[in-house]
Amino acid sequence: MKLQTKKRLKKNVYKGDTMPPPPPELAEMLAKYHGQPDALITVLEEIQRHYGYLPRHHLEYTARELSFPLSQVFGVATFYNLFQLKPPGRHQIRVCTGTACHVGHSKVILTHLKEKLGINEDETTPDKLFTLQTVACVGACSLAPVMVVNEHTHGRMTTDKSWQAIQPLHDENDVTEVES
Amino acid sequence: MTRSIRIGMSTSDIAAGAEATFRAISTYINRHQLPVEVKQTGSLGVCHREPLVEVDINGHSTLYGPVTPARVTPLLDFHFGTDSRGVSTEWLISQQADRNDYPFLGKQVKVTTQLCGLIDPHSLDDYLAHDGYQAFKQALTMSPAAVIQAIQDSKLRGRGGAGFPTGIKWDLMRKRPISPKYLICNADEGDPGAFMDRAMIEGDPHRLLEGMLIAAYAMGATKGYLYVRAEYPLAVSILHRAIQQASEYGVTGQNILGSGLDFEFVIKEGAGAFVCGEETALMHSIEGKRGMPRMRPPYPAEYGLWGYPSNINNVETLVSVPSIILNGPDWFAKLGTETSGGTKAFALAGTIKKSGLVEVPMGMPLRELIYDIGGGGEAGRTIKAVQLGGPSGGCIPQSLLDTRIDYDDIKTTGAIMGSGGMIVLDETISMVNMAHYFLTFTQDESCGKCLPCRVGTRKMLNILERLVNQEGTQNDLDQLRRLCDTVGRTSLCGLGQTAPNPVLTTMRYFEDEYLAAIGK
Ligand SMILES: Cc1cc2nc3c(=O)[nH]c(=O)nc-3n(C[C@H](O)[C@H](O)[C@H](O)COP(=O)(O)O)c2cc1C
Ligand code: FES
Repeated sequence: MKLQTKKRLKKNVYKGDTMPPPPPELAEMLAKYHGQPDALITVLEEIQRHYGYLPRHHLEYTARELSFPLSQVFGVATFYNLFQLKPPGRHQIRVCTGTACHVGHSKVILTHLKEKLGINEDETTPDKLFTLQTVACVGACSLAPVMVVNEHTHGRMTTDKSWQAIQPLHDENDVTEVES
Repeated sequence: MTRSIRIGMSTSDIAAGAEATFRAISTYINRHQLPVEVKQTGSLGVCHREPLVEVDINGHSTLYGPVTPARVTPLLDFHFGTDSRGVSTEWLISQQADRNDYPFLGKQVKVTTQLCGLIDPHSLDDYLAHDGYQAFKQALTMSPAAVIQAIQDSKLRGRGGAGFPTGIKWDLMRKRPISPKYLICNADEGDPGAFMDRAMIEGDPHRLLEGMLIAAYAMGATKGYLYVRAEYPLAVSILHRAIQQASEYGVTGQNILGSGLDFEFVIKEGAGAFVCGEETALMHSIEGKRGMPRMRPPYPAEYGLWGYPSNINNVETLVSVPSIILNGPDWFAKLGTETSGGTKAFALAGTIKKSGLVEVPMGMPLRELIYDIGGGGEAGRTIKAVQLGGPSGGCIPQSLLDTRIDYDDIKTTGAIMGSGGMIVLDETISMVNMAHYFLTFTQDESCGKCLPCRVGTRKMLNILERLVNQEGTQNDLDQLRRLCDTVGRTSLCGLGQTAPNPVLTTMRYFEDEYLAAIGK
């Protein structure tokens, strides 16, 4: 009974399907999870860890190879905050907007960085260097307001200090159009 | 002579710069070839003084903080070198083995966090040296019904927020004749400003595993899921290691310690959705689906993971269990009040002098926690209110700070105990702004399944936006009240049902601020 449903799904997905086989590293990742209907989130987490985001084609491959309806894969990928459908910049800046940081005026820092970088939340600078995001509490509430750059947590931020924390990354990449 | 140094390496320590301090200590010890053991521990909870370093010589311990890399040399010179100039008292926190001479710690009663900051979370031997897995072994000599009776007698109530008596929940599960049964540990910790669960996992992971094993034995569960919040990579890696160790020690697998109990642990990493803390949504998420809640009943004990009986408990609830078995239910019950036994951990933050992780007995008045432990308002400012329970909770004004920490007492104020987030707010903070902040969060996290929550929170937020911008009218206030009522009563799950709480409590206690916002 179960088998039948699976087969039917598979056929539907393949109908008119012109996609070539998945790239080998992806095929390897997916192969581990064949026949595990509860593994979808885990698979997507693994894909995102590898590629930095969830490329659209890879979602389609996931659906096809693991016999999930594409709608379900897409539904899960868009439901959870963790998943990103756009490629991120080289450096990730996350401003904490948890309660303690909010009370510590993290919003001012977020606004400052938005202006300085010229992007909004969840956007990447045109030079693909920085992605600006928010996070709800990273557990360093005593150091509020807090900002995380890549994996490094910076505490007791001020607008100036927040920019200073990013500046070296900017310069390191030899970008000249720094506004100051 | 035994000499050791303990350094806190939890997420919050690391954020405060503990890694650099650790490197400085290692360099010093290597250079001077000192026979000193350096132990990396979890968080002691004294977050306002991190990075923390404790020097232990023959059982005499001295706790210092904040220890920046520059302070390492004078400090170690003082203890291990010939330099007797002494160290600045400014860095000194405590000179007693029990650390009770520091008021922040002296007034606390540590049960669930008793080993956090003392033992190496990566070491099973450390845990075993402190009665590790003794409670589980003792539980195996009791009947499952007796274990559950002990939990009921201890008056342990669910620490996830709702405060449902844990023993009753376990008993329902035990009586279900269907197998397999699943046990789920809720480590999603969604409240944006709370980190008790994380600190417990990072500081003493085996205590959680032991609590789960006892629960599994009592209920006859064969698989235990640990659903851990996505933002906690360190906690996840510590748990993986602990599970590996537990399996080598022989407390997972088939026929554990000859008791006939089969049990295995599975870690599931969340993917960042507040609503997944809700139990039915959490189960959907474990099943690999969108984490949307469903109607209850049926409760998880009747229809849980893949339709099988399941029991969901918060981290702190499960971490309390080993102590109850070891020290007896009466001891635990007596720590607390008539209706809530034991202790409660809080993540104390906001505009408070001494922030950090605190654990106090149930029944302690909030005032005592905030002033005697927390030291009162930051920079000497007056405290206006305390916000409990994050976006599902509410605020308690200064005038009601004598309320006891107890599920029922706190409920009478309109707030809830919550899972342990405690944010202190001083006079500089606008309460309308706080209500707006929490509503922004719940509105953003609403999963959109039911209409009252999806549309209602949006409408409430629109009004609050107008109020924050001083553009509101009296009509807005009336409508906001009506919306709170509707959303609270008709939403599908706890997220929507509790979303109005921050608005309702601020309206109740700080009406003048709302009136000022509409120009009255
Ligand atoms: C929106 C929402 C979020 C929740 N988040 C959490 C959470 O982060 N951690 C938690 O332990 N319980 C959370 N809960 C409560 C759980 O649904 C559940 O009651 C709890 O895990 C039961 O465990 P306990 O009896 O040990 O408290 C949340 C509930 C709701 C409605
Ligand atoms: S609220 Fe920002 S770190 Fe906790």
